[in-house]
Amino acid sequence: MMSAQDATHHPPRRIGVVAESAAGETRVAATPSTVRGILALGYEVVVESGAGTASGFTDEAYAAAGAGVGDAWAADVVLKVNAPSTAEVARLRDGATLIGLLAPAQRPDLLETLSARPVTALALDAVPRISRAQSMDVLSSMANIAGYRAVIEAAHVFGRFFTGQVTAAGKVPPAKVLVAGAGVAGLAAIGAASSLGAIVRATDPRPEVADQVKSLGGEYLPVQVAQEASTDGYAKATSADYDRAAAALYHEQAQDVDIVITTALIPGRPAPRLLTAEDVAAMRPGSVVVDMAAAQGGNVEGTVAGRTVVTDNGVTLIGYTDLAARLPAQASQLFGTNLVNLLKLLTPGKDGQPVLDFEDVVQRAVTVVRAGEVTWPPPPVAVSAAPAPAATPATPAVVEPARPRLTPAARFGLIGAGMLALFLLIAFAPTQLAQNFTVFALAVVIGYYVIGKVHHALHTPLMSVTNAISGIVVIGALLQIGHGSATVTVLSFVAILLTSVNIFGGFAVTRRMLSMFSSSPERR
Amino acid sequence: MTSTTAAHAADLVAALLFILSLAGLSQHRTSRAGVVYGIAGMALALVATVVVASRSISAGAVALIVLAMALGGAAGLWRARQVEMTQMPELIAVLHSFVGLAAVLVGWNSYLEVEAHGAAQTAVSGDLLGIHHAEVFIGIFIGAVTFTGSIVAFLKLSARIASRPLVLPGKNALNIGALAAFVGLTVWFTVSPGLGAVIAVTVLALALGWHLVASIGGGDMPVVVSMLNSYSGWAAAAAGFLLDNNLLIVTGALVGSSGAYLSYIMCRAMNRSFLSVIAGGFGIEAAAGGAEEQGEHREIRAEEAARQLAQAKSVVITPGYGMAVAQAQHPVAELTRRLRERGVEVRFGVHPVAGRLPGHMNVLLAEAKVPYDIVLEMDEINDDLAATTVVLVIGANDTVNPAAMDDPASPIAGMPVLRVWEAEQVVVFKRSMASGYAGVQNPLFFRENSAMLFGDAKQSVEDILRALDAEGSGGAAAAVRPVPPVDRAGV
Repeated sequence: MMSAQDATHHPPRRIGVVAESAAGETRVAATPSTVRGILALGYEVVVESGAGTASGFTDEAYAAAGAGVGDAWAADVVLKVNAPSTAEVARLRDGATLIGLLAPAQRPDLLETLSARPVTALALDAVPRISRAQSMDVLSSMANIAGYRAVIEAAHVFGRFFTGQVTAAGKVPPAKVLVAGAGVAGLAAIGAASSLGAIVRATDPRPEVADQVKSLGGEYLPVQVAQEASTDGYAKATSADYDRAAAALYHEQAQDVDIVITTALIPGRPAPRLLTAEDVAAMRPGSVVVDMAAAQGGNVEGTVAGRTVVTDNGVTLIGYTDLAARLPAQASQLFGTNLVNLLKLLTPGKDGQPVLDFEDVVQRAVTVVRAGEVTWPPPPVAVSAAPAPAATPATPAVVEPARPRLTPAARFGLIGAGMLALFLLIAFAPTQLAQNFTVFALAVVIGYYVIGKVHHALHTPLMSVTNAISGIVVIGALLQIGHGSATVTVLSFVAILLTSVNIFGGFAVTRRMLSMFSSSPERR
Repeated sequence: MTSTTAAHAADLVAALLFILSLAGLSQHRTSRAGVVYGIAGMALALVATVVVASRSISAGAVALIVLAMALGGAAGLWRARQVEMTQMPELIAVLHSFVGLAAVLVGWNSYLEVEAHGAAQTAVSGDLLGIHHAEVFIGIFIGAVTFTGSIVAFLKLSARIASRPLVLPGKNALNIGALAAFVGLTVWFTVSPGLGAVIAVTVLALALGWHLVASIGGGDMPVVVSMLNSYSGWAAAAAGFLLDNNLLIVTGALVGSSGAYLSYIMCRAMNRSFLSVIAGGFGIEAAAGGAEEQGEHREIRAEEAARQLAQAKSVVITPGYGMAVAQAQHPVAELTRRLRERGVEVRFGVHPVAGRLPGHMNVLLAEAKVPYDIVLEMDEINDDLAATTVVLVIGANDTVNPAAMDDPASPIAGMPVLRVWEAEQVVVFKRSMASGYAGVQNPLFFRENSAMLFGDAKQSVEDILRALDAEGSGGAAAAVRPVPPVDRAGV
C-alpha cells in the first residue's frame, strides 16, 4: 500500500494536442469531449492554439473542457493525426511519446528520424485487428467515415436519384452501385448507398464477407476462383487466375452500373488495379467512379490523387484522398475517442502515468519506436475471429441440468449408486453377459456424443438414417432362419422382409431428403 | 483368418461405419458422406451375416433370405420414392413399427429355439439359461411397445384416428401396473419358462405401447417419433443380448442413445420433463379449458397482405404443421423468392417442434428450394422479431402463442415460443378460429397488430402472389380474385 502511494506521487503527465501541418488536413487529434476523457485518466491537457479550428472546435471550447492552451509540443505525450515532419520531430522533448498515424510500413525514413531522438512513437495505424483492440482501431473508424463520404461525393456528382421512383411525371430507375472491396470502407459505402435506395453490388476476394455485404443490403458478386480464407482480417494479394476472372467481372459490371466505388487496398503495397481505362470507357456517360485508393496509386486507371477528372466519355473519376477529413468534426470525434481508448489501455492506474506493457499484444504492436530504438515490425498477431468454420450456429448447451433440483451431494449419490449397481450386476454376471454389457455401455456413450452438435435442420434426416440403421435387427432373423422348426423360419422370413423395407426405405428416403438441401446460389 | 474371425472383423468395421454415419449426419457439409457410410456399414454387416449363416442352413433357407430381402428392399425403395415430404412423419413411424415387430419375432424365435424345447435344448449352456430367459422377455417387451406405439403414432399422424390425447382413469397407475406386471412375468418365466408367459408378456407390451402413445396429444408427436426411434434402437440392442451379437448391441445402443438425446433436446425446447415424455402422456393437461374466445380478431384479405409485404423492409415467416398439411411450401418459397427480388429481407423462424417431426419444416422448405441459410432456429431469430416489419404465421399456432409466456395457468406455460407479436404486423394464415393441437386458445389472434387471413394456406399464399403480380405490373384492379370463403374444420 505504502509503495503504491509513493508511486502516485509523480506529478501527472501532460498531454499535448498539436495543430496539423499537412495541407488540407481538417482533423484534430482531440475534441473538447475527448479532452474530458483524457482528463478523467489523470492527465493534464495542453492544446495548441487553433488546433481545432478546421474541425469547428475553438480554443475556448477546449478551455471550457478543462484543457490549457499553450505549447503542446513540449508535452510528455503528443497526440497528432498525421505523421510529423522532420522539423516537428525536433520539437519533441526528450523522453516524450508521440501518438499518431505513422504508416510505419511505408515510411521507414520516418522511423529513422524518430529513432534518432530519445522518444517513443506509437502508430495508431498499427493497431492489430483483434476484438479487444477494435475500440482503438483508427483505420476502421476513418474508413467508415470515408466510405460514407465516398457515396455522398458520388451522389453529388451523379445527375440522378439513387432510389427508383414511379411519379406522375414518369418512372425513375434506381441507380446501380458497385462497391469493390468489402472492408470497413466498402461496407460503409454499401450501407450508405443502399439506404439511399440504390441497387448495390459488392465484390471482394474473401468469400466470407458475403454475409456482411448482405446484411447491409448489398448483393455479393463472387469471383469464381478458389481463394483461401483470410487469417489476419485484411485482404491479401490475389492469384493470377483470380485476377483474370475478376477483370472479366469488373468489365461486365462497368457496363451495367452507374456508380463504382473502389476500396481495394493491400497493406504495405500499391493499390491493385481493378478498372482499366477500357473499363471506364465502357461506362455510360454521367457515371461516377470514386477511387478511395487514389492516394496509394489508385484502383482505377486515370484517377488523379486529390482531384476530380472527367473522361472523354463523360465519366467522372473522383480521386479525393481526404474523404474522412471532409467530415472533420465527426472524424476528429471518432479519432479522439480511439485515442482515449488507447490511453486507457496505457494508463491502467488512471493516475496520469502512462505505462508501456510489451507483454500486451496491442501495446506491443502499436509501438514502432521505443526510447530511440525501432521496434517495428511487431511479432505477428492472428485475428481471433477470421478462421472460424463457416458452419452452424451454436447449439443449445444441453449438458447443464434443466432444473437444478438435485443438490450436488444427491447427484453424486445417485451416480454412485448407479455405478455400484452396474458394478455388482457385471461382477456377478457370467463372462458373456459382462462382455455384452461392456460393449453396450460404451456404445450408449458414443451414441450420445456422436450427435452432440447436430444441426437443427438435420434432425429429420438423422432420425431417418438411425431408423434405417436400427434395421440391423435383421441380423437376428438372419441367424435364426432355417434353424429349428418351420414356425421359426416363417417368423424369421417375415422379420427379414419387414426390416428390409426399413433398411432400404430408410436410406433411400434420407438420400432423397439430403439432395434437397441447398444454400443460396450466391454462396456456392 | 477363418470365416468366423472375418465375420467378427466385419462386425467391428460395420459398427465403426455406423458411428461415422451418425457423426456425418450432424453437419450439412458431411451429411451425404454420412449416408454413404451408413449404407456401406449395413451392406458389410448383411453380407457378413448371410455368409456365416449360409454355412449352417439349407439352400432353400438362403433362397428365402434372398427372396425376403428382395421383396422388402423393393417395397422400401418404392415407398421412399413415392412418399410426399409432408408424409415423412407417417413413413418414419411405420418404419419404426417394423423394427419393433421384427424384434418381437426375433424374441419369439429365440423362445421357440431354446425355451420351448425345455430341458432337451442344447443351444444355451445351463448357467446362461436364466439370463437367456430374461433376455427373451426384455426383447419381446421393448419390441412390442415400439411396434404398437409406432402404429398409434402413424394413425395419429395420418389422421386416421383422433389426435387428442386419450385419458383413461388412473392412466399413470395403468402404466406403472403394466411395468410391475412385466417384472412379475419375467420372474415367473425365469423360474418356469412356459408359452403362456410369453403370450402374456407380448399382449401386455402391445397394450402398454398402445396406451403410452395414445395418451399423448398429436401436437407433441415430434417428441414421440423421436422417442420411438430411440425405442427401436433399444429393441435391436435387446436382440443383440439375446443372440450374443456385438454388432446388434453396438448399433442398437447407438440408435437408442442418440434417439433419446434427440428427444431430450426437443423436450428442452418445449420445456417438458424428459422423464414424463418417456413415461408417456404429458399431453394430458392440454385437455383443460381456456378454449373460449378472448376478444375481437381482425380479418385481412390477400391483397392487403400483399401490399404490406411489398412495403416491408423485413419479413419473417414462421411455418407450422398447417403449411405441411396445405402443401403450401412451394408457393411460400415462390413468395420468398419474389420478395427477395424486391429487396425485402425474408427469413424463416422455425420452432424446434414445428411440424410433426424434429426438423420437419426444414425438410419441407428444402424441398421447395428455400436456401437453408435464411432458415433460422427460434433462438437465432427471436431477438430480431421486434425489428421485423411483417411476420407471416403460416399454419403455426401453439409455437407462437404468447400465453406460454404471459399466462402461468396456460397448459403450455413455460414453453419457449417465437415472439412474433413483437413485430410491427402479424398476419396469421388459418383455416378457422379453431384452436391448435394443444387445445389452447391463442391470444395472439386478438392482439392489435395481428390480422387473420382465413382460408387454405396454399390458396392464400397463391392469392398474395397474384396480388403482388398485379401491383408489380401497375394494374392494381386486374387479376385479384376474392378469397373464397373457406371455413373447414380445424386441422
